[in-house]
This record gives sequence, C-alpha cells and structure tokens, in this order.
Amino acid sequence: MTSEFAVEMRDVVKKFITPEGHEISAVDHVTMQIKNGEFFSMLGSSGCGKTTSLRMVAGFEWTTEGEVFIEGKPMGHIPPFQRKVNTVFQSYALFQHLTVFQNVAFGLEMEHVEKEEIKQRVGRALEMVQLTGMDRRKPKQLSGGQQQRVALARALVKTPEVLLLDEPLGALDLKLRKEMQLELKALQQQLGITFIYVTHDQEEALAMSDRIAVMSHGRVQQIGSPVEVYERPVNKFVADFIGESNFLEGRINSISESEAKVFIHSLNVELIGIPISEGLVNGDEVTVCIRPEKIRIVEEDIPNQNIFCGKVANTVYIGADTHVFVNLYGIKLKVWEQNFISRLHSKLYAVGQDVCLALAPENTLVLKKD
Amino acid sequence: MSPFRRSPVIIAATVFVYFFLYAPIVGLILYSFNASRTNVTFEGFIPAYSNRVVMDGSLVVSSPCGPFHWYCDLAKNDDVTEAAGNTLTIAFTATIIATVVGTMSALALQRYNFKMKPFSQLSLYIPIVIPEIVMGIGILTLFSQLFGWINQVLNLNGDARLALGMATVTVSHIAFMIPFVTLVVQARLQGFDKSYEEAAMDLGANEWTTFRRVTFPMILPGILSGALLAFTLSLDDFVITFFTNGPGSTTLPIYVYGLLRRTITPQVNALSTVWILVVFVAIFLLQIFQNRNSTQHS
Repeated sequence: MTSEFAVEMRDVVKKFITPEGHEISAVDHVTMQIKNGEFFSMLGSSGCGKTTSLRMVAGFEWTTEGEVFIEGKPMGHIPPFQRKVNTVFQSYALFQHLTVFQNVAFGLEMEHVEKEEIKQRVGRALEMVQLTGMDRRKPKQLSGGQQQRVALARALVKTPEVLLLDEPLGALDLKLRKEMQLELKALQQQLGITFIYVTHDQEEALAMSDRIAVMSHGRVQQIGSPVEVYERPVNKFVADFIGESNFLEGRINSISESEAKVFIHSLNVELIGIPISEGLVNGDEVTVCIRPEKIRIVEEDIPNQNIFCGKVANTVYIGADTHVFVNLYGIKLKVWEQNFISRLHSKLYAVGQDVCLALAPENTLVLKKD
Repeated sequence: MSPFRRSPVIIAATVFVYFFLYAPIVGLILYSFNASRTNVTFEGFIPAYSNRVVMDGSLVVSSPCGPFHWYCDLAKNDDVTEAAGNTLTIAFTATIIATVVGTMSALALQRYNFKMKPFSQLSLYIPIVIPEIVMGIGILTLFSQLFGWINQVLNLNGDARLALGMATVTVSHIAFMIPFVTLVVQARLQGFDKSYEEAAMDLGANEWTTFRRVTFPMILPGILSGALLAFTLSLDDFVITFFTNGPGSTTLPIYVYGLLRRTITPQVNALSTVWILVVFVAIFLLQIFQNRNSTQHS
C-alpha cells in the first residue's frame, strides 16, 4: 500500500451546465479521506452530490476543480478502465445479452486472464454470493436480489482495492434489503476491501458504516462514525437529517469551563449544566437539540434538575415504542418512551394528562446557529 | 373482453382492410399462372402435357413448365436477371454503408450535445418528408452539374467521362436510406441506459471494446430493423432510381416500368411474385431472429 488512504478527494468541485444554461455546483469543495479497508458511506438526500462524488472516483465524471486520489495517485483524466476501482450500479447494469457466467467473466477477460483461471475465479465469486448453479442463466431470468448478487460478484471477481456501491440495495424490498445489509458488511470484513457506499437511507448507513459523510447541497456537513454523527451532530442539518430531534432556540446566559446555562426563548426557562462544544461564548444565539428517546417522563417536578411540566397533547402507540407529544408552554415536544412493560398492564398517557419531562444535561446538544 | 370486439362495424372494417391489402397481391400471384398472354382476363392454368411451348393466338396451350410457364420464360430473360443483379448489388451495398453511417449518427445524436444538434435532428426528417420526385430531380441536377464540371476540368473524354450509372444510383440510395436507419436505431437507443457502457468501462473495457462487446450486441436488433427497412426501400425504389440510373444500371422497378409501356405479360406477375417471396422470406427470417433474441432476454 503506497498510501494511508484508499481514496482521497481534495477540495473537489463539480459544476454542470443545466439545459437552461445555468451553472450549478453538484459537488462544492468536497474533501474526504477514506482509509484502507474502511466501510465508508456517503449519506444524503437526492441531489446532495453523493452519486456525483462516487462517479468522479469511478472516472465516469471528471472534476471541475480539485483532485481525486486513488492509492495516493492523482487520477486526473484517467479513464474508468484504467482505475483500480469497481462499481456496483444502482440499476445493476448487467449485460442482458450475456449469461451470468459471461457477465462475471467480462472483467477478467478484459485483463486477458487464462480461460481455466477465469472459470475458477468466476466459480468462486458466484459461490461467495451464493449463486452457484445459476451461471448459465440470463440476467432477466433472475430475481432482483439475485441480479444484485451477480452485479456484486462481477465487481468483486476483479479483486479491486476499492469497491464503489451506488445505492445497491435501493431496488430491493425491505426484508431482503436488511438481509443484504448484513451480508454486504460481512463480505466487506471478510475481504478487507475498502467500500464506498452511497445511500439516502440513514438506517442503512448507520448499520453498515465505519464512517459516514453526511452531505447536503454538494457539501460535506459532517464526517464521523455512526455514533458521532447521531450523538454529536455538528449542525442542525445533520441533527435533523439523521434521526429525529426536538429543536429549541436559545441563548447562552452564562458559561464556565465546560458547562453553560442556556435560556430557551420559547419556553422562557433556563437549562442548567449543559455541556458545550468549543467556540461558543456568552451571549451566543444557539439551537438546542434533544433527541425524543432521550427525554424521560417523570412523576414530579424537582427544582434545578431541568425538569419541566406540561400536558399530553397526543399519544401514538407503535408497538416497540410509544410516541408522546407534550405541550410545554405552547411548544410541542416529541418524547419516545420504550414499552418496557406491556401496555396491556400499564396504561397509555391520556390526552390532557399532566406530565413532567426530564431533559438530562448530558443529552442536550447545543449547536451554533447556522 | 371489449364490447366492441364483435361489433359488425369492426368486422366490416377488418374485412375491408384485409381485402384491399391482400386481394391485389393474391390476384397478382394468380395471374402469374395465366394462360393468356395479354393478361387482361384469367384464362385458366397452363397444362404441362407437351415438351414445347404451343401458342394459339395469345393463349398458351401447353408448356413444358406447365403452370409455371411464365417463370421459365422469366429465367430465360437475360434483361431480367441483369436487372435483378443490379437491384441486389445496389441494395446490399447501399444498405451496408447506410446502416453504418445511420447507426453512427444515431449514437452521436443520442450521447453528445453540440450546437448543431437540433439542426442535425431536423435535417434527418427532411429527406423523409419532401416528395421523392423533388429529391430525385435535385440529385440528378447535382450529379449532372458536378460531373460536367469535373469532366471539363480534368478534360475527360469517351469512356473516362463520369456519367450516371450503378455508382450514382447507389450513392442516391444511401442518401435517402440514412435517415430511416438513424431514426429506427435512435428509437432503439431510447431505452439504452448508459450505465451498461459505464459498467463495461468500469470492468476494464476501453471505448472500442465496450462498443464491440456491449453496445453493439445490445442494439443489434434495432440496427437490423433499420437495415431491413433500408434494404426493402432500396429494392422497390423507383423515383430516385429513375432519375439517377444510366446505361447498364437498370433495376427491377425500372425494368418493370419499361415492360408496362409495351405489353403487360404474365411475366411481370411472375417477376413480382418471386420478388414478394424474397422479401417475405427475408422479413420472416428477421422476425424469427428477433423473437429468439427477445425470448432469451425475458
């Protein structure tokens, strides 16, 4: 390995001209470093630049500015067929006129591998994706999940250093998708190949990735482990995009070394003992973010404990959890309570019932206003 | 089932359509066995109980070929065989060239954006929509002006002079065939996802290998339909050929037209029947080929 990073994007910009003649930046100064053997996801809604970024790594698009490095080498205008990466396409892009075997063998034939060796390697690749015995079928004769596996085998048989996956599970139904998530992750760990995985599904990204780049409007919002992006989002966009949040606007009232008092305008209350990130000073306007599952419903109001009381506005029972919406001084907060005990035995909260909410300081995030 | 399916109006329309489509063809084939030389009324089939042709006025009383008398007559006609040879030579040559050029322009129009693209697309429709006679006169004018000028400049004389012939007919056919091929291939390319080509390149195939191994086989049915359409258009083109042919480049339609100006004998019917048969077999084979392809794909 010549480089610490399998793939690096350095200040990459990609501009397109729309049919109306406007210039738009699909990717806007993106920098990311993907380590060898890492499962790295690019997560964002459609149009956030994740697919364009992946296509620039594959070589289907060239950067307008900046540079893509693979194994430390600048890619410039090197065409896809000379890059040591392989792609699994969203549409699979299996060659319809070829059999499963011929599809998987295609990449090896391009490398002029011996016929016998092709046979063995294709056989192993099909075995790896559990498609042994399907080699003489045409892609159209396979189910969606099987086609997906062929696409995977076709890319993996080339033993690439980096595998690029563009929403590979997008066309599968939920159950199969969950199965394939686990399989893909296991495969990645077993082979030790770097995976760059593009998805709009946050659960998928959280479940599979070592690190996630959350993207929006062509920019990287945050790069971090699944735990980091969920528990320590750097801005309101990430907090809102991944999982659910209650957002409250406030101001830092007083600040000590690592703790602050934050005044919440809408509730007209002060939260105390809130841990804060660097760069915030007294008087800063901030957004306070609290995840709904981290709010506890408590019996009584205890002073100086960030406990506030209100009335239940609505209760939604969804099996594993109960979603309670609580009206607090005119602001509606979402609270998710896990159903530890069967709700047959413990009653659901009634609309209008008085409840108190404990907002634990360690679960309260203070985000700088964008 | 649709309530209109058994409506008498639909049945009547269907009968009418089939009658006017196929009655002339059936009649034409029937008359190719006619005993009457004048071919105005059907005088019955020709009996085969003699080893020589016996005529009674305009009636063929007997022939060694029997009902196929006019077909035998046709085979002995050197003009017909020469015209058939010319027609096929022109059709094959022009089809191959027009299919290559037409396919390339369809691919270019599908994947690249360039300034002249709307004009290029529009210019494809012009040869299709303008009257063929206008195009024929246009091509004739072009050739005679161009050849006159070249002959003068290069001081060509006698046999060396450029003149209308097989080459001019072929070039004109290529010219009117290209738009048809391009439009048919373009229609096929509409459903062709560029990710197939990206996948091939991703797996290590360069542009040429990608075309040879992936793009071409996948759009081949479209190319074949375009080629077949162009081929049949060339086979029965009369107007443009009429203006651009010269000595020694008489094609079958031109020859048949020449026969009509004298007397219509059942030889013309026999010729037409053979022609229909050839085209029918060609289309039938292509259908089989395409069906086999699509069943493999689904």
